[in-house]
Amino acid sequence: MNMKILVVDDEEDVKSLFEQKFRREIRGGQFEFSFAFSGEEALQFMQNHPSEVVMILSDINMPGMSGIELLKKIRADHPSAPPQVMMITAYGDAANHDQAMQLGADDFLTKPVNFNELKEKLLLL
Amino acid sequence: MHFIVAFFLIQYAHSVIQHTEHASKWDNFFKYARIIVFSLIATYYIAESPDWFGWIWNLGLLGLVRFFNQNDDFKSIRSTAQSVLPFVGVSMVSDFFEQVFPKFYNSYDQFFQIALSFAFIFCFVIWFYARKQQKVLTQEREERLREEQIAKETKLSLEYLVAERTQELTQQKEELQKTIEELKATQNQLIQSEKMASLGELTAGIAHEIQNPLNFVNNFSEVSVELCQELEEEIEKTNIDDNDKEYIKGIIGDLSQNQQKITHHGKRADSIVKGMLQHSRASSGEKEPVDVNALADEYMRLAYHGLRAKDKEFNAALVTDFDGTIGTVNVLPQDLGRVFLNLFTNAFYAVAEKKRKLTEAGQLGDYKPEVKISTKKFDNKLYIRVSDNGTGMPEHVKAKIFQPFFTTKPTGQGTGLGLSMSYDIITNGHGGVLEVDTVEGEKTEFRITIPIA
Repeated sequence: MNMKILVVDDEEDVKSLFEQKFRREIRGGQFEFSFAFSGEEALQFMQNHPSEVVMILSDINMPGMSGIELLKKIRADHPSAPPQVMMITAYGDAANHDQAMQLGADDFLTKPVNFNELKEKLLLL
Repeated sequence: MHFIVAFFLIQYAHSVIQHTEHASKWDNFFKYARIIVFSLIATYYIAESPDWFGWIWNLGLLGLVRFFNQNDDFKSIRSTAQSVLPFVGVSMVSDFFEQVFPKFYNSYDQFFQIALSFAFIFCFVIWFYARKQQKVLTQEREERLREEQIAKETKLSLEYLVAERTQELTQQKEELQKTIEELKATQNQLIQSEKMASLGELTAGIAHEIQNPLNFVNNFSEVSVELCQELEEEIEKTNIDDNDKEYIKGIIGDLSQNQQKITHHGKRADSIVKGMLQHSRASSGEKEPVDVNALADEYMRLAYHGLRAKDKEFNAALVTDFDGTIGTVNVLPQDLGRVFLNLFTNAFYAVAEKKRKLTEAGQLGDYKPEVKISTKKFDNKLYIRVSDNGTGMPEHVKAKIFQPFFTTKPTGQGTGLGLSMSYDIITNGHGGVLEVDTVEGEKTEFRITIPIA
């Protein structure tokens, strides 16, 4: 099974970090990662690859479109066959968490990301 | 006749003099003058009224007038006293004619008698007039005295009033001065608390900025360790010479170790950043009714056992003095717990340090480390004291302990954020006061005061 995951973060190093952390899984064909470095880019990607992405991991604090806005857009644009959305942020306070969950986020992680935990969550899907 | 004139003259002079400041000085003089006058009249009758006796009277009267004239004390009666002169003159002329020209005197006897009578009456008229004036003068003087008395009394009461007002003003001034001092103290406290708050915010802001790059450092170093493991596994699969394999494995081992070091120190930095971030979260959360005594007790034991875990030798007496009437108080339990943990950790550290130093110097003696917590509820305020008999602090340390990143502990043992955060929690989170009292080398006492509704 090949699970397509879109990672949205303004930090470009996230790409190599995920690629290295999930090296085995990627090689084994379990996960397929795509990366977008802004909310706008993520929406673009989803338009170009409709109904492909199963899981979106998005940062909240990004220049331009924030993760929360992206979440709103996704929920509005893709009501059918909605992808799972997991928010990842450095600001793990209750207000941020509640807002994300209210807008339809499926999960909420705080940075620094515990990759073992993330891996387990992803494998459960 | 002479006697009457002399007597009344003396009487009059005495009565006038009595009202002046010389009264007592002349008392004896008037006494003797009266005695002389009385003895003269007595002598006159005993000697069967000799004709020549009139001369003695006249000379005496002249002497008296002269005496009054020469003495400044009798200035006021001089003119009145001089009114006897006509009488004396007429009397002397009539006596002269009576004795030298008895015939002439006898034929004009009546004229002489009439002249003498007139002179005598003249004396008394003058005296009577003078007396009247004297009375008016006395009355005026009394009036003046009374006025003076009244003025004096008014002055006294005014002075009293002034003194009273002065006292009131002084009191007001002192009260105002006290208020100013209180205001200044409050202002200083506000400035201090504002400074701390902005430092706290800055700290939290910096922490956020550092957290992201730090996450990368930690994550990449972690993943590099994993990569090293994989690399090692892959090398096993190749056909490289065993010696070379060992060499390569050695390098990989070093690389892996380096990455672990990076992770370790990254984690250290991370925990500091976490502490800094707690600043901004200090006032989040809801206040709820908490048994403060139980909370303090719990964290005291937590801190104690935390230190015991690191240092088996360590021990200290835990003294609790809890006010059982406190019941539950509305506080932020997690935040207040953090404050307790910080204060107790510091207290235990201070007594442990003192014990260590004393042991090193060989002067341990009967030093007994002691950490004390006391609580008290009074006048809608909660008072908490955490005291220890540890190392204490010098003044320059005391001045900085609430600043973020200030620590006296060795590198790696303290972040310098504990008290800064505690200060924030007590002042901003609970609207209270956190103060410290310390004697270097002897003791430290932290005082928390929290208003409770």
